[in-house]
Amino acid sequence: MNRTLYGNLIFELSKKGRKGYSLPQDYDRTHTTAELPEALRRKEAARLPECDELTVVRHYTNLSHNNFGVNDGFYPLGSCTMKYNPVINEEIAAMKAFAGLHPLQPAETCQGALEVYYNLQQSLAELAGLSEFTLNPCAGAHGELTGLMVIRAYHESVTVPEGSPEGSHEGSRTKVLIPDSAHGTNPASAAVCGLEVVEVKSLADGTVDVDHLRQLLDEMGDQVAAMMMTNPNTLGIFEPRVLEITEMVHKAGGLMYYDGANLNALLGECRPGDMGFDVMHINLHKTFSTPHGGGGPGSGPVGVRKGLEQFLPYPRVTRPTPDPSRQGGAELRIVTAPANERSEALPLTGERGEGLSIGSFFGNYGVMLKAYAYILSLGRENVKMVGPLATLNANYIKESLKDDYLLPIEGLCKHEVVFDGLVDKSTGVTTMDVAKRLLDYGYHAPTIYFPLLFHESLMIEPTENESKETIDAFIDVMHRIAAEAKSDPELVKSAPHNTPIGRVDDVLAAKQPVTTYWKSIEA
Amino acid sequence: MSTPSQKLSTPLPTREGQGGGSAFKYFPHTEEDLQEMLKATGVKSVHDLFADVPEAARFKREYNLPDALSETDLRLFFEQLTHPLNAQQLICFAGAGCYDHYAPSVVQNIIERSEFLTSYTPYQAEISQGTLHYIFEYQSMIAELTGMDISNASMYDGATATAEAMMMAWGNAKKATRVLISETLDPKVRRVVDTYAHFHGVPLQLIPAKNGTLDREALDKELAEGGVAGVIVQQPNYYGIVEDYTGIADAVHEQKGIFVVNANPSDLAILKTPGEWGADVAVGEGQSLGIPMTFGGPGVGFMACTEKLMRKLPGRIVGQTLDNRGQRAFVLTLQAREQHIRRQKATSNICSNQSLMALYVTIYLSIMGKEGLREVAEMSYAGAHSLRDKLLATGKFKDTFPGQPFFNEFCLDYDGDLDALLTEATECGYLAGVKVDTVPEGSSSVKRPVGPSAPEGPSEGSHTLMLAVTEQRTPEEIDELVEIIKEHKEEEARA
Amino acid sequence: MANFESGLYYSESHEYVRVEGEYGYIGISDYAQHALGNVVYVDMPEVDDEVTAGEEFGAVESVKAASDLIAPVSGTVVEINESLDDEPELLNKDAFANWIIKVQLSDPSELDNLMDVEAYKKHCE
Repeated sequence: MNRTLYGNLIFELSKKGRKGYSLPQDYDRTHTTAELPEALRRKEAARLPECDELTVVRHYTNLSHNNFGVNDGFYPLGSCTMKYNPVINEEIAAMKAFAGLHPLQPAETCQGALEVYYNLQQSLAELAGLSEFTLNPCAGAHGELTGLMVIRAYHESVTVPEGSPEGSHEGSRTKVLIPDSAHGTNPASAAVCGLEVVEVKSLADGTVDVDHLRQLLDEMGDQVAAMMMTNPNTLGIFEPRVLEITEMVHKAGGLMYYDGANLNALLGECRPGDMGFDVMHINLHKTFSTPHGGGGPGSGPVGVRKGLEQFLPYPRVTRPTPDPSRQGGAELRIVTAPANERSEALPLTGERGEGLSIGSFFGNYGVMLKAYAYILSLGRENVKMVGPLATLNANYIKESLKDDYLLPIEGLCKHEVVFDGLVDKSTGVTTMDVAKRLLDYGYHAPTIYFPLLFHESLMIEPTENESKETIDAFIDVMHRIAAEAKSDPELVKSAPHNTPIGRVDDVLAAKQPVTTYWKSIEA
Repeated sequence: MSTPSQKLSTPLPTREGQGGGSAFKYFPHTEEDLQEMLKATGVKSVHDLFADVPEAARFKREYNLPDALSETDLRLFFEQLTHPLNAQQLICFAGAGCYDHYAPSVVQNIIERSEFLTSYTPYQAEISQGTLHYIFEYQSMIAELTGMDISNASMYDGATATAEAMMMAWGNAKKATRVLISETLDPKVRRVVDTYAHFHGVPLQLIPAKNGTLDREALDKELAEGGVAGVIVQQPNYYGIVEDYTGIADAVHEQKGIFVVNANPSDLAILKTPGEWGADVAVGEGQSLGIPMTFGGPGVGFMACTEKLMRKLPGRIVGQTLDNRGQRAFVLTLQAREQHIRRQKATSNICSNQSLMALYVTIYLSIMGKEGLREVAEMSYAGAHSLRDKLLATGKFKDTFPGQPFFNEFCLDYDGDLDALLTEATECGYLAGVKVDTVPEGSSSVKRPVGPSAPEGPSEGSHTLMLAVTEQRTPEEIDELVEIIKEHKEEEARA
Repeated sequence: MANFESGLYYSESHEYVRVEGEYGYIGISDYAQHALGNVVYVDMPEVDDEVTAGEEFGAVESVKAASDLIAPVSGTVVEINESLDDEPELLNKDAFANWIIKVQLSDPSELDNLMDVEAYKKHCE
């Protein structure tokens, strides 16, 4: 990839005296920054590139050729729900009328924008079986953290009855139960939220060990703030005893948190609220088709059941009183945190966590536009087919590959299927090798080495958008790689061969980190 | 303002037979496909695939959602939502963390390339060099602008980046008792830091402001008491003032605390860098680097630090290495800090960041380059100072913070009903700034509790207007705003 | 396969202590370095820090894993192995020759809670 001129770093293409912009020159120059005291100015100009416009265009276009997106081919990356990102949604999100809105302009001048926020939160509430959503979190992990904050704020608001000192509350519930099969983000979010993680064991089939859960609740139920669950779980298996689990945790006074990472499987068939979950986040960049953008911007709305709405963060968009004279109700309002809640009186630690705020404005509004457009395109009649079709595609792959790839858990899977490497392990070809060989055939690799329950996890998630032909072609290639592993294992172990670069030296990168151009030219 | 004659509440177009039969454009499955796949899977209907879902948890009714919209109707619907009455395009003199800077057309065009847009986090380095390469460039540019050694691949926004810096300071300290935070930090950011601190268990202490800048005596007193894990300040501060932070870093370092500077990257073409102030961590909001306002997001948070703190930095980091063919290559590195490996011991829970917006910033900075960013800063500075001169000349304003140097945003106290003035300006198509609910002691305004500035809220009585000027504001627009204010004042006087 | 050195005290979390007089040299076992793979960074405490048996005092990182270092015994750090800063891979080359910290033992009776090489071998099976 570094063979071409434009594959260099932008700094290497820079030449003093070039420029790629033009700005108007007719402005009032009465004042210049030279007025600022020298002590407040930087000593040397920032070494930013100096390039003409075409060079910049060629450079970044060239870089894009070294990338692989959903539009380039099948992207069965488990747990990431790499569905099609409809083009119309991009057109809508790029509308100048949205781009030009300042987040602090008066609510009456941006009712259309607020309408999108409000309607999307209402739509998500309906799809999730919950009462209300905040759309402010910027990603799934941000949503998890926000959801856990909401849970803690709720506990802090609950006064302990009988004989407890005045003003004491349930804020002392600081343990969170997390299945050992969970995404690493769950325990990390809990730790950031000041909660102590207690692992719940899994059974051999990867589902929650309900007996272990019962034992934990007996031991420490009164300290449990919440249990976090992904359902279908990280193995793509629906938790069959979910109703029992939510009931047990509720009985102990804890709340149930639903990690929406795998929600796509359930659209049309089942809602988190109906399973007894109290708080959840949704990854709009998974279930609601907004593009991942190479790692963001995402959006991680958080929903709550009735009775928890007051703990959601600010700012909020509300419709105060229904106006019968007008379809849809009264004008939408922006509500910011009341000034008397958690604003002036720092230090605030130890006070009740009401009046939360997790971002300056409304989060990734541009992403919400795309998700709302997607929901409107699907409509009620198509949204209900999302889960069933995604699940059909995954089960079809499962049945078609289990001769060559080790299926550790028989039975139905949901939207994704996990194999434990090749059936024939005698060749020494690993899951990593299979993944890299897939790149040679023009596919993105599945998620590998997660979940941790198996040594050679290979997690495939096809999504509802993939056609039978696409999936059949993928299955053929997977079989072909299994055959190559026997006939020419070295070919697979040294893959990829057809990509712009070969396997990279991660040890070198981590041992002597070079993370800027400046460091690389020093070296 | 006048009540719009045609207001929404979203009458969605509904027509029979949207979508043309049973097939849907995003689902490729034909009836024949379905039958073959069901047969191979060993079930009779797609719903049988959910036989393991308990009956009581099954969703059996129809969703209460609108019918599917065709692409034509979807466009119509959004055109209606963006009708000028529903999404008024105001000439923007508001800032407070979101700025209307010039966005070169090249940038939006390139970030929409599907290879960037529709890819995931670059875990498979061999087919993700595009993303990894631009993140490496982004990190280099942020490090250079901020004067720091190392930058991560981006954060959600400036507010959460500041909260992460607070937690980093706390995690880094062994025997500290609190983190100090300047009152001149944007109250919206402060509230986020405060929310994180509350749950993470970090005691915060507010250092008050004096004439719009951090009260150094108060800070020195706190530092003298010891136990400080970190000090967080903003530059230019919330009120637009360029503060002098000389000496703070040394005092903080003496007690092994870390100094965090929240900076506006656009101004760093001119202003002393966080690195030059001796900061250990630089954070901020990158929206000012040409990202459209889009009602507040997506922007991009940045976070950079000294080499010493490299392994405590949250978020993804891209490093340079070699591939097995001996070529320069880029790869996600230092991953042992991250949640997918460390789980509850990770430095942060962040996974997805704002990668595409980091690309935005990278292309923006490549287009603007060394000179362009300086020019933007000069124009914004000149415009803001010119507007302030003209507003003061009307005799209707006085300086909120006399004598303080500022960059492209400033506060003035209005002699009159500020709400009425703002409404009048809106009717004329201008967003004349942001009302500052309260300003700290030492200003001419009434002392009130500090809340996030907002267009609504309990703020009657505040007279302080904060205005921002970018290179997008023409001299004519500046003059017209001044005219509107003059005329409004005269009308008010007549009434 | 992993080497096991006799004469050392081992913990369940794979640290060892080599006792010399009132000092203990603490490192990770050869078994542990095998499990981690290529070590890229060792996070060490500072001289004069106190370490407490059963509590973490640092971490060892490879590319794909990170493992906290748990102190097998309590004491005061008198020396750290600075060569690991530049060459963390020394742990892969010879985990027993390359100790991580040297502590002055505050309670030698804690050694009784640790395993000898035979018991540790069994623990690793």
